[in-house]
Amino acid sequence: MKYMLLIYVDEAKGAQVAKQVGETAMSAPYIAYTEALQKAGVIVGGDRLQPTSTATTVKVADGKTQVLNGPYAETKEALAGYYMIDVPDLDAALSWAARCPGAAHGTVEVRPLWTMASDPRKG
Amino acid sequence: MIPEKDERAARAAAESAARRSYGKLIAYLAARSRDVAAAEDALAEAFARALSDWPRNGVPQNPEAWLLTAARRRAIDAARRRKSAAMGEEHLILMAEELEEAASNAAAIPDRRLALMFACAHPAIEAAVRAPLILQCVLGFDAVAIGSAFLVAPATMGQRLVRAKTKIRAAGIPFRVPEPDELAQRLDSVLDAVYAVFAEGWSDPFGADLKRRELSGEAIWLGRLLVALMPDQPEALGLLALMLHAEARRNARRDAEAYVPLADQAMSLWDHAMIEEADALLLRARVLDAIGRYQLEAAVQSAHAARRHLGRSDWKAIVMLYDGLLALTQSPVVAVNRAVALAEVEGTAAGLAALDAIATDRRMAEYQPYWAARANLLARFGDREGADEAYALAIGLESDPVLRAFLQKKRTALGTD
Repeated sequence: MKYMLLIYVDEAKGAQVAKQVGETAMSAPYIAYTEALQKAGVIVGGDRLQPTSTATTVKVADGKTQVLNGPYAETKEALAGYYMIDVPDLDAALSWAARCPGAAHGTVEVRPLWTMASDPRKG
Repeated sequence: MIPEKDERAARAAAESAARRSYGKLIAYLAARSRDVAAAEDALAEAFARALSDWPRNGVPQNPEAWLLTAARRRAIDAARRRKSAAMGEEHLILMAEELEEAASNAAAIPDRRLALMFACAHPAIEAAVRAPLILQCVLGFDAVAIGSAFLVAPATMGQRLVRAKTKIRAAGIPFRVPEPDELAQRLDSVLDAVYAVFAEGWSDPFGADLKRRELSGEAIWLGRLLVALMPDQPEALGLLALMLHAEARRNARRDAEAYVPLADQAMSLWDHAMIEEADALLLRARVLDAIGRYQLEAAVQSAHAARRHLGRSDWKAIVMLYDGLLALTQSPVVAVNRAVALAEVEGTAAGLAALDAIATDRRMAEYQPYWAARANLLARFGDREGADEAYALAIGLESDPVLRAFLQKKRTALGTD
C-alpha cells in the first residue's frame, strides 16, 4: 500500500534549521533517513516544501478564479515536506513515520492513498 | 421433562458455540483482505441460521464446516455481482476463493482471532470503539446489543463500528500479532478493550440486564482465549485472574433486594473453585517476573479473597499493592481505594488524611467513590454532620439506583435528621 508521510513542523524552528544547513540543503538526519528509505526499497517520492510565506491559494467559485496570498490555513505547525512510501501495511508505515526526523521536531501524519482502479501507471 | 433452566443453559451454550466459530471464520476470511465488513456480509445469513438452528438441533460436529457450507454460495454470488459493479474489488473474489478452499478443509482453519483482536485494538482505532469492535468482529454481537451494553444509541454505535471497519481496510491495519519489541504496548490496548467489555457487564450489580451480564462471561472467554494463545504474557494472565476474582463474587454482591459491599458478603456465596483458578493464574504470572497493572489489581482481589483463610481481607498487602498501582498509574481511583485500605491498617484518621491529600484533585469533585469513602470514614470517626454532607454528594453523583439506595440507607443510619 502507498502512504503519504506528511511532515508538519513549527515554521519558526524550521527556519532556524534552514539557516544552519542552508536553504536548499537537507539536514544530516533527513539525508540519512532518505537513504534508509531508498535502501529498503520503499520510497516512491518525497520533497521539502518552501515555507508557507511562499504559498498562494487558488479557488474557483461561480466561474471566477480567486487567488489569495497565503496558505490554506494559518497554523503554528505547517506542512513542511512529505515522503510517499510503498509498504505492506499501516504498521510498517507507522514505523517508518516514527523514524522520520520530522516526528522528533514536529508531527508526521500518515495517510493511505486511494488505490485507483484506472491508475495509468498500472497499465 | 428438561427443566427450563437446563434448556436455557443449552441454548446459551449453542449460541456461544456459534459465536466462537463465527469469530474464527471472520478472522480467517478477513485476514488477507482486511475487509471485515465483507467477511461479515459473507457469513451474516449463515450465522443467523446457526443462532436459530443450533440451540434447537444441537451444535454440529464441525461447526466451522457447517457455517462455511451455509455461507459459500452466497459469498460467491456477492463477489460475482460486485465484480461487475465495481472495479478494484479483487479482494472480494479472493475472499470467495478462500471460503471455497476453507470449506473443503474446515478442520484445518488456522485460528487468527488473536490477530483480529490486535487489529480491532490498534492504536489507529479510536480508543472508545475498540471494545465494541472486538465484541462485533470476534463474537458477532450486533450494534443493537453492543449499543445497549455501552449505553450508546444503536444507530450511533452502528456508525462508529462501520467507520472503524472502514479504517481497518482503508488504512491497511494489519491482522497480525506485533513483534516482541512492540508487543507489550500493543497488548495493553487489547487487554484494556477486553477489560472494558468485562466492566460493562459488571456495572450492573443486580444482574437484571441479561445482555450486560452476558458481557462479563464473554470477556472472561476472551481472556481465556488470550491466555491460551499467549501463555507467557503475565499481564494477560493477570487480566484473566482479575476478571475471575470479580466474577467469583458475583452472586454475593446482592441479596434479595440490595447491594452488598465486599466486607459484608457471605463467603459461602463466593465461587471458591474460580478463586483458586484465579490465584493459580496469578502465580503463573509472577514466575514470568514482569509486574503490571492487571496483575496488581488481581492481587488486590486475591488479598480480599484471603478472608477465606485469615478471617479478614489482607489489608496490609492491599495497601502495598495500591502503592504499586499508584506509582504505575497515578489514577485517582487507585488513590481513593488506597486511602480506604490505609484506614483499615493505620486507623480512620490516617485514611481521612490520605483522602484529604487528594482532595485538591479536581476530578474528585464529581467522583462518587471518593465521597462515599469519605462519608464512610467520617461516620466512623464520629463526624456525623460531615458524613451526612459527603453521603449527600455521593448519592447525587451515583447513577445506579441500586447503589443509590445502598448509600441512602447508610446515610439514614447516621441519624442526623
